[in-house]
Amino acid sequence: MADRAEFWVFLAFAVPLIVAALGVVVARNPVNAAMSLVAAFFFLAGIYVLLVAHLVAFLQILVYAGAIMVVFLFVIMLLQLHDQDLQDSRLKAMQWGGILGAAGLVAVIAQAIRSAGVLHWKAVPESFGTVKAVGQLLFTQYLLPFEATSLLLLVAIVGAVVVAKQRI
Amino acid sequence: MASANHYLALAAILFGIGLAGVVSRRNILVVFMCVELMLNAANLTFLAFARQQGTMHGHAIAFFVIAVAAAEAAVGLAIVIAVFRTRGTLWMDEVSTLKN
Repeated sequence: MADRAEFWVFLAFAVPLIVAALGVVVARNPVNAAMSLVAAFFFLAGIYVLLVAHLVAFLQILVYAGAIMVVFLFVIMLLQLHDQDLQDSRLKAMQWGGILGAAGLVAVIAQAIRSAGVLHWKAVPESFGTVKAVGQLLFTQYLLPFEATSLLLLVAIVGAVVVAKQRI
Repeated sequence: MASANHYLALAAILFGIGLAGVVSRRNILVVFMCVELMLNAANLTFLAFARQQGTMHGHAIAFFVIAVAAAEAAVGLAIVIAVFRTRGTLWMDEVSTLKN
């Protein structure tokens, strides 16, 4: 009974997630696309909670739906797009080919997943995915990549300022 | 019960939608958003396998992917602003200096 309920919760997050992701691709206006993307990030956070990844779900909402999307919207507003900028030209044959290629890729991955057989869950401890457990992993085994991440973010900040600023 | 296969299939669909957007849309901002979708699909795969294997290494990788995505968004949007300022357009087809 609980298993069945979990499947319905999965569907309740997965279906709106796919709809929102499609909304990002088909939206004519970038603002609408950004709003669809925020919705997709929220539903994805729900999926992460189902996967017992509470810290990552929290980060997803905080960093993605919060910080990154605010930057996106800020840039969209800053650029002052006009209506003629938003007119999407009709798709060329090459673009249709690209869409077909993407569909083919999904088909190949789906076949690979099907041929892998049913992957059963392993039992996980009570602390799985909590801030304490993931933090312990990050600050012991992944300490060097963690520090490298801080350097990466610093480089990104400096790079963004250098590229976007007219005169330094 | 939703098995790991369901989550992997969802990630594949999400990745496919993002890829279709990247190759079919010509607005730089929308292409960027589709790249974010693809990064999220990769994250979902990491987390599904982490839960399936019962280890938390996937969570650490997902953390790094989120950090890289933040850096990518910052630099990418700076480039978008620079391109819009010099060319007054967001169409990728009109930005082809390196191609010619």
